[in-house]
Amino acid sequence: MPKIKLSQRTIEIVKEICSTFENNEGELINVLHEAQHKLGYLPAEVQELIANELNMSVAKVYGVVTFYSFFNMIPQGEFPISVCMGTACYVRGAEQILHEIKRQLNIEVGQSTPDGKFSLNCLRCVGACGLAPVVMVGEKVYGRVAPQQIRKIIAEYQEGCVRPERHEM
Amino acid sequence: MDMINLTIDNRPVSVERGTSVLQAASQIGINIPSLCYMKLEDLNIENKPGGCRVCVVEVEGRRNLAPACCTDVSEGMVVKTHSMRAIHARRTVVELILSDHPTDCLKCAKAGNCDLQSLAQYLGIREIHYEGEQSTFREDTSPAIIRELDKCIRCRRCEMMCNEVQSVGALSAINRGFNAVVSPAFEMNLDHSVCTYCGQCVAVCPTGALTEVDNTGAVIRALSNPDKTVIVQTAPAVRAALGEEFGNEPGTLVTGKLAAALRRLGFNYVFDTDFAADLTILEEGTELLNRLTAYLGGDKEVKLPMLTSCCPAWVKFFEHQFPELKDIPSSARSPQQMFGSIAKSYFADKIGVNRKDLVVVSIMPCVAKKYECSREEFSVNGNPDVDFALTTRELAHLINLANIDFKSLPDEDFDQPLGESTGAGVIFGTTGGVIEAAIRTAYEVFTGKKLERLDFTELRGMEGLRRATIDFDGLPIHIGIAHGLGNARKLLEDIQQGKSQFHAIEIMSCPGGCIGGGGQPYHHGDAEILKKRQMAIYREDAGKPIRKSHENPYITKLYEEFLGSPMSEKAHHLLHTEYFDRSKSER
Repeated sequence: MPKIKLSQRTIEIVKEICSTFENNEGELINVLHEAQHKLGYLPAEVQELIANELNMSVAKVYGVVTFYSFFNMIPQGEFPISVCMGTACYVRGAEQILHEIKRQLNIEVGQSTPDGKFSLNCLRCVGACGLAPVVMVGEKVYGRVAPQQIRKIIAEYQEGCVRPERHEM
Repeated sequence: MDMINLTIDNRPVSVERGTSVLQAASQIGINIPSLCYMKLEDLNIENKPGGCRVCVVEVEGRRNLAPACCTDVSEGMVVKTHSMRAIHARRTVVELILSDHPTDCLKCAKAGNCDLQSLAQYLGIREIHYEGEQSTFREDTSPAIIRELDKCIRCRRCEMMCNEVQSVGALSAINRGFNAVVSPAFEMNLDHSVCTYCGQCVAVCPTGALTEVDNTGAVIRALSNPDKTVIVQTAPAVRAALGEEFGNEPGTLVTGKLAAALRRLGFNYVFDTDFAADLTILEEGTELLNRLTAYLGGDKEVKLPMLTSCCPAWVKFFEHQFPELKDIPSSARSPQQMFGSIAKSYFADKIGVNRKDLVVVSIMPCVAKKYECSREEFSVNGNPDVDFALTTRELAHLINLANIDFKSLPDEDFDQPLGESTGAGVIFGTTGGVIEAAIRTAYEVFTGKKLERLDFTELRGMEGLRRATIDFDGLPIHIGIAHGLGNARKLLEDIQQGKSQFHAIEIMSCPGGCIGGGGQPYHHGDAEILKKRQMAIYREDAGKPIRKSHENPYITKLYEEFLGSPMSEKAHHLLHTEYFDRSKSER
């Protein structure tokens, strides 16, 4: 993993988030949630800083980050695509959907397209099993997705969309 | 007391509310097989994640089976621990664990000592009905500990020791599901982490996932090389535990047989780390008196309390976690390193052997000692003062390998001049021992009076944190003792906040001190064994003709012939060290 140096501003943002939660170890998940919301992802250096602020071991922080598929350690694309692989989605063809997205974007799960536009991840159950199989792009949910629809969904984001506001590290 | 009545295997039993079914059963002699569960009585150490499900039992009126380790007893409960349903479930659980476990038991370091292997044998598992993918992880080798995580069964005992007992925080459970494993942050190697190499993870690992670096091959090569003079030192705690590996009762002292076995293995000289422990007392004790005298003389800059520095895991702990306190511990090297340094200078000269042709092996109850002897500052032009450190377990293996019938060996003495020791050197092996040894010498040097009694029982015991005040002829000296790094942390935080009232503090990383070291025979969760080893150490001390380090005639001779006086320039060069801020050096 390449080492990055956090900007002074990023350090301030993370410290501020921690202090909002009173630097309480028990609030780790909320802190991570907020940090990812503000920064887009949680690189090692951010986790170290959070561990330091909450006075806990960085191994524990990393343990939580890797336990929940929601947290990311690599920068996400402008439009992160998540394919639900929960039981309901899986039996209704999520695997073919995933395969089709990989084929069209030419990336593997956990990677981003070279232009930084899309990234691809799997997740477990978004609580919309009635709509299985489910794909999420950013915070928008697509239900009952068929492989033939993938091209159209991706095209929606190819141009003319506003980039979500995020702090650069 | 609130008592609960229940029936286990048709036997009525009455236990305190809050007792688990597993413990209630154990109180009436019923053993429920378990795997992830571990409890060290009196040390406040318990692991019960309820994860493995091996201890499931049938409870009347309950639909599913209950994990006995984390199910509390309730009034009128009827438990069947070995019903066919429970046995069947237990076997299924173990088969499932085995379906994702390597089957290389023939060459596994833990073979014969593996809890999973014993359990599979006990349950009579002959076939694994579940086939599928096996999880694979990269092997991680450090100077002291090897992690082979394919063998990890996620019992999380290591994680509990590393975090709750030691407060080191090197290990955590990471990932989920099939990829879940215990690892340092960012899956970095142990030698890049804050790991202290205390080895308590190794001491409790039920399988071969965590083991010590095996140096027996290197020692065999040295012993079979006719151009090398190979000498050995053996730490105090080894003599109180080695016998266990040969069927002796825990707490059996095997000092004489240990010396005899080492001689039969072919070591040219069989010496004793206890000698170096006596030497440590002269250096560290003098340092303490110097600091005390300066303090009493009004010097406000003097660093007090002084902390002991014999334990390499403890040294690495404060270098990582409390680097701003690195001037407080004594600068004295550990006995292992003092021995190596003296062996490769004073002794090498005496026998006319070049230090490159002298191989120093140490037998240690400790895993971190392997790391300690690899530290750069303990070598001269790339030649380490101590070449190889073996654990008590590795020595037992060597003795068996050489077909030495340990139990029938005669009692023999250590060689001279580095084999003579006092009772003070012996008690270095237990929590409270180093500071008691230091007091025996410091008192007499400071007051100029002879000690009336040598047994400072107020310093002894197994509580994690202890304090005592020793009267130095009108001057009260406040002593703190901690074993287990989590307890040490509390004392360090007091020092940081300027609240510490102690003059001297002894710290040992392992619960019980070196007798409970990560390199000792496996206790398999029986804390009684540690207490018996501790009693053996004090027995050995009581039986010694000389019990104060400064009365060791060979130590006196060493200063006369070679070192001059304690803390002399030469002593400083050979017997003292410095500490490093590691908080930033690695992640």
